[in-house]
Amino acid sequence: MTDNPGSAADGAQKLRYYQKGTFTVGNRLVDAENRSVQASEERSNALTCGHRACQGCGEALGARYALDAAMRATGGQLIAVNATGCLEVFTTPYPETSWQLPWMHSLFGNAAAVATGVAAAMRVKGKRDVRVIAQGGDGGTTDIGFQCLSGMFERNDDVLYICYDNEGYMNTGVQRSSATPPAARTATTPAVGPEPGNVFGTGKSVPRIAVAHRIPYVATATVADLHDLERKVVKAMSIRGARYLQIDVPCPLGWGSASHDTIKLARLAVETGFYPIFEAEHGKITAVRSIRRPRPVTDYLKLQKRYAHLFKGGQEDPRVARLQAMCDANIAEYGLLADGQDG
Amino acid sequence: MDHPFAITLDVGTSKSNKTGSWRNVRPEYVHRLPPCNHACPAGEDIQGWLAHAEAGDYEAAWRALTVNNPLPAVMGRVCYHPCEGACNRKDIDAAVGINSVERFLGDTALAKGWAFEPPASESGKTVLVVGAGPSGLSAAYHLRRMGHRVAIHEAGPLPGGMMRFGIPKYRLPRDILDGEVKRITDMGVTITYNAKVENIREAMMAGGFDAAFLAVGAHIAKRAYIPAGEAAKVLDAVQVLRSMEGEDKPLLGRRVVVYGGGNTAIDVARTAKRLGAEEAVIVYRRTRDRMPAHDFEVEEALEEGVMMKWLSTIKTVEAGSITVEKMALDDKGFPQPTGEMETLEADSVILALGQDVDLGLLDGVAGLEVKDGVVKVGPNMMTGAPGIFAGGDMVPSERTVTVAVGHGKKAARHIDAWLCGETYQPAEKHEIASFDKLNTWYYGEAPQQMRPVLEIARRTSTFEEVVKGLDETNALFEARRCLSCGNCFECDNCYGVCPDNAVIKLGPGKGFEFNYDYCKGCALCAEECPCGAIRMVPEAL
Repeated sequence: MTDNPGSAADGAQKLRYYQKGTFTVGNRLVDAENRSVQASEERSNALTCGHRACQGCGEALGARYALDAAMRATGGQLIAVNATGCLEVFTTPYPETSWQLPWMHSLFGNAAAVATGVAAAMRVKGKRDVRVIAQGGDGGTTDIGFQCLSGMFERNDDVLYICYDNEGYMNTGVQRSSATPPAARTATTPAVGPEPGNVFGTGKSVPRIAVAHRIPYVATATVADLHDLERKVVKAMSIRGARYLQIDVPCPLGWGSASHDTIKLARLAVETGFYPIFEAEHGKITAVRSIRRPRPVTDYLKLQKRYAHLFKGGQEDPRVARLQAMCDANIAEYGLLADGQDG
Repeated sequence: MDHPFAITLDVGTSKSNKTGSWRNVRPEYVHRLPPCNHACPAGEDIQGWLAHAEAGDYEAAWRALTVNNPLPAVMGRVCYHPCEGACNRKDIDAAVGINSVERFLGDTALAKGWAFEPPASESGKTVLVVGAGPSGLSAAYHLRRMGHRVAIHEAGPLPGGMMRFGIPKYRLPRDILDGEVKRITDMGVTITYNAKVENIREAMMAGGFDAAFLAVGAHIAKRAYIPAGEAAKVLDAVQVLRSMEGEDKPLLGRRVVVYGGGNTAIDVARTAKRLGAEEAVIVYRRTRDRMPAHDFEVEEALEEGVMMKWLSTIKTVEAGSITVEKMALDDKGFPQPTGEMETLEADSVILALGQDVDLGLLDGVAGLEVKDGVVKVGPNMMTGAPGIFAGGDMVPSERTVTVAVGHGKKAARHIDAWLCGETYQPAEKHEIASFDKLNTWYYGEAPQQMRPVLEIARRTSTFEEVVKGLDETNALFEARRCLSCGNCFECDNCYGVCPDNAVIKLGPGKGFEFNYDYCKGCALCAEECPCGAIRMVPEAL
């Protein structure tokens, strides 16, 4: 069933095939091909059970979302190259693996370069249909693997690089990375001294740096918006050349949040303007995901112990206002409060 | 392990690591009671039938609905829909238009001629039902479905009781009522008309009935003493509404005063307007917010030009005029006379001051207890006399069609058990799926679909139905606004959001299962379930 016209009396009113589940993973009233990959009993489960990620791990979820979508988009002709990090550690403790696709790991900093090599090998062997994904956490992407990543971008190698951004080095004990947001407490930015937590004015936006490389496709996404994430993966796999996708994946361990709040936090990151969701092609931003139900940044911060020092003793630290200003600037810069989308 | 070059690990090897052992809470699928179902006096499974309707399977929806209520087309017109008042969706945008979808299903069933299934087997027991109103019809329907033979004895010439003789045609067209009654008689329920039961024990004996259900409506108007001149025309509302069903319509004159503040007062004032009265004035001793009448009916009456005189009581009635005294509300909200009088022109005065039930048929029945004009019944709807059950207007309760239908169903279940020498034990109620159990992020924005309303000019001159039905598109849209509170609607969220692939999808209509070998107990599934159909339970450690 597809969209039907509304009544004559109310012409603007559309009968959506799933107003009850516009944002849900699947829907029984919709044809199978219009449901998400995750709704399918035939999804590849590229990352299957038995892995050792923490309860409620956003990265484990994000990796399955992205790779299952890519598996469907490529008809299973997919190779993944993984940087060192949580994702590598929790999925492949020797002699076990949770991966159900050809997968390789080399070093912390060289995933982009290795993926470039795999893509070159496939080209040499004439296997044009075999596609390559490189993936890693924010540490392996924005810090340690950054040089290889930038090289992959500027050479326009045929690789989709996916960064699962949990805003720190989590499996080594929650250290700061260049993706850690201001004021967040980590092991290396403790909540002590005159400016507790990560200092303002540091860090970098790799999606914007990727855009500056003028590669064919750059996008951000979250585990809270599956349909948007899958659509971006499918779009990325339809393009040849260097592509970059960064997915916000909340980390219960590193953020000090409840395991059941992982998706809620990713949703709040978008709804507060904290994590702008956009797409860019060849150096230009082409689309943004509008905020559906705007929320103040405190809603996002208060669910996370890494920001607990901002609310100590019932007092709101002045840095909360700075974080709100950061969100407001994002909203203004990306135009996130334009007409809302609804599925 | 013998692997090809560079292959070190086998696919799926992580499955030997049973991460379910990490868990200290486990998710469980549950059914919670939707607030609409909880609020329905007829005990309908509203969420259940809406689920069929939103898939476009209207016949399945109608069949699920009529498991509890045999009169959906009537109900979709005259029910005051407490379900919509309880609907969780009202806290998002507006309540689901349950009543309008119910009417759509009822009308569709009549148009398509869907019939009830006859009972699978006959019990050999016979039950006498007194009164073919909503409660009697409902009890008869349910008893017949259980295989009992049912005979209805009706004092009036036609079925429907107060649905016919109390509710005006512009709210309930008679072909609709007749259609739904016929479906019940088609099941083998017999109705004998003009057969007033004078003595219940004698009637039971004469017909060899094993049990009886009494469902006599409140047809007797309450009177108030008002000094009236000889030529004054004072009628009662029940009499006026009843005579609307006959050949000779009541003659009310140009200026009609209705005395009272209930739904009957509104009905009769609107009827007077349609009969050609230039003025129809409702005189009520208190204020609008204290009127027992439902606000939407007051609103519709005002739209049609019915006038309201608040804070007034009628002192005397003369030919052509009445004298009213102004009232003032005291601290406790009770109206007190002020001594200030006013004269209004009135060709007739209609009293709508409430109704009583004729309990004459119970005279001399041992064990019966009558208090405040109604019969006392136990939780099983049985009166103090064994085998005699009662419901509807006759028992202490709110007097609406829906309550009456609910009484009929409840009584039927207890009568059935009583006939078999058993006690009916209702299933334990699930916990209510309150708003805080939902994750409303997942529901799209969708405004309520309004039913079209007849234009004013035709409303004051004809008895055409005022509120029209939804068309299929709008009814489907409206059904799909249901949030499915407390009951899985197969949105696949749990299956999708589990980081551990620990939810097994069983296929369409079969729902899901947890794989406790791998579930780590993160509770993401419960948190992201839109409708509150997953509960987290501590593990026994």
